[in-house]
Amino acid sequence: MLSKKRKAYMVGMKAAMYLSTGLTAALVIFLVAYVFIKGIPHISWELLSTKPSYISGRIGILPDILNTLYIVLATLIFVIPLGVGAAIYLTEYAKNKKLVGMIEYAAETLSGIPSIIYGLVGMLFFCQFLGFKTSLLAGSLTLVIMNLPTVMRTTQESLKTVPQSYRDGAFGLGAGKWRVIRTVVLPGCVDGVITGCILSIGRILGESAALLFTAGFAHALNGIFEGLTSPGASLTVALYVYAKEQGEFGVAFAIAAILMILTLLINLSATLVSKHFAKKREL
Amino acid sequence: MSDIMTAKNLNLWYGETHALKNVNITIPEKSITAFIGPSGCGKSTFLKTLNRMNDLIPSVKITGEVCYNGQNIYDNSVDVNELRREIGMVFQKPNPFPMSIYDNIAYGPRTHGIKSKVKLDEIVEQSLRDAAIWDEVKDRLKKNALGMSGGQQQRLCIARALAVKPKILLMDEPTSALDPISTSRIEELAIELKKCYTIVIVTHNMQQAVRISDNTAFFLLGELIEYGETEKLFSQPTDKRTEDYITGRFG
Amino acid sequence: MKKNKMIERTIHGIFLILGLLTVGCVLLITVYLVISGIPAITEIRLFDFLFGTKWASTAAQPSYGILPFILTSVYGTAGAILIGVPIGFFAAVYLSKLANPKVKTIMEEAVSLLAGIPSVVYGLVGMLVLVPAVREIFDIPDGASLFSAIIVLAIMILPSIIKVSMTALEAVPKEYEDASLALGATPVETYFKVSVPAAKSGIAAAVVLGVGRAIGEAMAVMMVSGNVPNMPSLFQSVRFLTTAVASEMSYSSGLQQQALFSIALVLFLFIMLINATLNFFLKKEKD
Repeated sequence: MLSKKRKAYMVGMKAAMYLSTGLTAALVIFLVAYVFIKGIPHISWELLSTKPSYISGRIGILPDILNTLYIVLATLIFVIPLGVGAAIYLTEYAKNKKLVGMIEYAAETLSGIPSIIYGLVGMLFFCQFLGFKTSLLAGSLTLVIMNLPTVMRTTQESLKTVPQSYRDGAFGLGAGKWRVIRTVVLPGCVDGVITGCILSIGRILGESAALLFTAGFAHALNGIFEGLTSPGASLTVALYVYAKEQGEFGVAFAIAAILMILTLLINLSATLVSKHFAKKREL
Repeated sequence: MSDIMTAKNLNLWYGETHALKNVNITIPEKSITAFIGPSGCGKSTFLKTLNRMNDLIPSVKITGEVCYNGQNIYDNSVDVNELRREIGMVFQKPNPFPMSIYDNIAYGPRTHGIKSKVKLDEIVEQSLRDAAIWDEVKDRLKKNALGMSGGQQQRLCIARALAVKPKILLMDEPTSALDPISTSRIEELAIELKKCYTIVIVTHNMQQAVRISDNTAFFLLGELIEYGETEKLFSQPTDKRTEDYITGRFG
Repeated sequence: MKKNKMIERTIHGIFLILGLLTVGCVLLITVYLVISGIPAITEIRLFDFLFGTKWASTAAQPSYGILPFILTSVYGTAGAILIGVPIGFFAAVYLSKLANPKVKTIMEEAVSLLAGIPSVVYGLVGMLVLVPAVREIFDIPDGASLFSAIIVLAIMILPSIIKVSMTALEAVPKEYEDASLALGATPVETYFKVSVPAAKSGIAAAVVLGVGRAIGEAMAVMMVSGNVPNMPSLFQSVRFLTTAVASEMSYSSGLQQQALFSIALVLFLFIMLINATLNFFLKKEKD
């Protein structure tokens, strides 16, 4: 028989655990339900397919959707080669342990820096110093720095799973280092790159503070090349502006619901991808 | 028979560990030379110095020379990739690339600049025939090589090594991961290949050395203890340590 | 053949540059923040800047004291940790040790979702649900306050705390737990008295990570904290270090803008300190 004191301890701890887990679950359910209930009724074809017009007084978020898409594309185009390249350097080339440690510490530091600081430095460096002005491109480049550690880390992880015997086999046939990397190592890290992309897309979609001063608030409807050189609000920034500055809560919740759906999709695909690759690795 | 490779006063360190001590050896052309010895004796390490695979390990330091056709392979002017094309390698564990059988064989020739489809087809078929595996795989060249059995994978790796037309084939315990039937097929293959290639094989299996090799070298604790014709080395070893080893007193 | 060596060397060089990119970015950020942050600090003087209690950047006689922001950030982070850590900790113990696999999988997905929700969505829901509720419940004129910000931050750091603690708890060797169970301890006692102490570095890392998240959050906090540069008080509108930068940047110029850069520099120093601490705990956990 357990003493009373032990029993009380167990009951207390169990209660705390159930309560905490229940609270977390309730929070998630509430957030999702609330955003959907408030947001989905405001989502209409018109909202999705037009731009805001002061004449009709109606609001459309097509420009914001496109801007977000452009930012995602531009960021990925830069961050994938850079991040993969950095990972390849670390796992395939770097021999100096101190240097590796320094690079990894730098990557950790980058992932800890708050987005508002990225926004500020992005504004100073890309918009002002490099003369990109407030533009989607400046915003994207800022996000490239933010997401560099993510892509680098996921690629590094998957590079580590490429068996050394593949490299030995290729070197043994007289292949040079670059050829070994290109033909034997890189095909093995596709899963890491894809995971990195998904995580980055998630972060880009949710980012607002870093974009505020680098990409701006405009709602103009542009093609991709014109869009990249002009200012524009992403969905998150548009949500902020509509909610905080214009009091358009219906539109804000519609955007929130869209963002919520996108987040769900991203998480789902991240899970599916990791399951898929885990299965493949077992073979 | 002329000598194709010679090592002179070869020393090798892994960091602080002195792994090979003053090794001197000459390897005759178109023959099978076996390296035997207890594990950790340096036989695999020495094998890897012969085509500079040890270059890939950062902490390795080497002194002395290894001459291939009279040229020191550790000379600065030597192109390592060209060297490894002429001195191929088969590893302990079969290590086909995660590609089709065809692409595995074509990997080496493509690496060295052969692009013509006709030529590649020809090389792939010839290499697979030389490695005595053509009949088993000719209908599934486009299938992933990882789907083959271990023994087939190892013969594929031999075929892959042959596809770059090497002069020497280094084999690092090529049968240690295989079953007896696959092992004997590889042994038959090695004897067949000796007509055109020089083979150096590391083995932990002394019967194997007796069955297939012309010359045998016995390594112990990083030293080359005894080297000579296989028959003589196993019947009348000159060194006490060799005798102890081959009679099974240790190792 | 010389050509091949040249190509290999060039490629090596390119990868070296890519590898050093993260280091370059950290340097770039540090240099920019220091260069742009120092002038205002020298002009306002360090002491007046850090310990001045009045921020009136647009007044005729401007005053640039950021103590209110520093304290708000510290209090806000501390409050969020105080609420978020216990909840996250108990949930992590339950999910990693007691929950049945199905519940665990579902909750892991839920926690990932919580981590993925954009901060502006937290801000929006906070603005329309939490702020009015706080006003009603505590009967104050404006619900946009430090208290609301603390609640939102506590929710936002929850996923990091749960995930990192779970990873640490799951890494505890089962032998420890078996030993404890074999001595007659109940599972719950075992988890709290053996597993948790064994995972304490990892859990500490989770807390530090939460601190970093909380102190760096800008948008959600901006939407629920009222954004007035008061000295912090639980039920008053306040302004954080992050929101101080965000709220004035778009229209500032001259000394005012430089002072904002200085605030960012202060925030950055906080973050670097937190990163160093985090690294310390992560290293300790690896050993």
